[in-house]
Amino acid sequence: MPVMSAQTDLEALSLTFVTEHAAPIERVWQLWADPRQLERWWGPPEWPASVTAHDFTVGGRVSYHMTGPSGEISAAWMRVTEIEAPGHVRFDEGFSHDDGTDNPEMPAGECDVRFEALDENRTRMTVVFSYASVDDLELVTRMGMIEGFSSAAGQIEAVLAR
Amino acid sequence: MVVRMATMSDGNVDAIFHALADTTRRDIVTRVIAREQSVSSLASEYAMSFAAVQKHVAVLERASLVVKQRRGREQIVHADPATIERARLLLEHFETLWRHRAEAIDRILAEDPEH
Repeated sequence: MPVMSAQTDLEALSLTFVTEHAAPIERVWQLWADPRQLERWWGPPEWPASVTAHDFTVGGRVSYHMTGPSGEISAAWMRVTEIEAPGHVRFDEGFSHDDGTDNPEMPAGECDVRFEALDENRTRMTVVFSYASVDDLELVTRMGMIEGFSSAAGQIEAVLAR
Repeated sequence: MVVRMATMSDGNVDAIFHALADTTRRDIVTRVIAREQSVSSLASEYAMSFAAVQKHVAVLERASLVVKQRRGREQIVHADPATIERARLLLEHFETLWRHRAEAIDRILAEDPEH
């Protein structure tokens, strides 16, 4: 099971995900640093991501969109604020208008990712998302990207049935 | 599912999360989910005054996490499952997304010939 822990800090409005992967730290870093690899895992099932710009330097921008099962598009961006390969990247994130410009009316947050070599072939990744308000957090979770994925829907039905 | 998600946007989410950001209040919620109880029996569980516990209950009540009813001379507190469910679902969505991402990462890593 790659997810070792998932934690929520309600006061800081942050969510922390810790995973461990059977690969060297440089290899796990490439999953973020290589746009062709990033787009293979970032989008939820049924919402594949396409990375259209990827400048992984301080101030650089990553633009991507995800395409839903009925062809609907959800576009978003990241802006790198700190980077130290292969151990740390921090970025602001938000949603985009259809023309690719920032959409300031949509929620924006911050994401901090740390990579740690546990041994030569084992890497721990710690991802912390933080949001300015619970409303932002709720909007993010309500975006099409999350509504679209069927396995989550299955989970929700299971929770509601309890 | 979209319909269910839409109902989640009702009400004041900030109040829910503020209410749940306190250890005592989370504990009160846990207790009243297990079984409804009076404010005085709740107060006997904590090293704080009846008034302090009553204040915590009031915060939870404003967030619709619990409902307080007068029964005779007692005030009975019980959980509002719909609101608790909503807060939990919100966080579960995010967690589920990350579980999918982590699994996708492992599938990509497993494809590499060198590992």
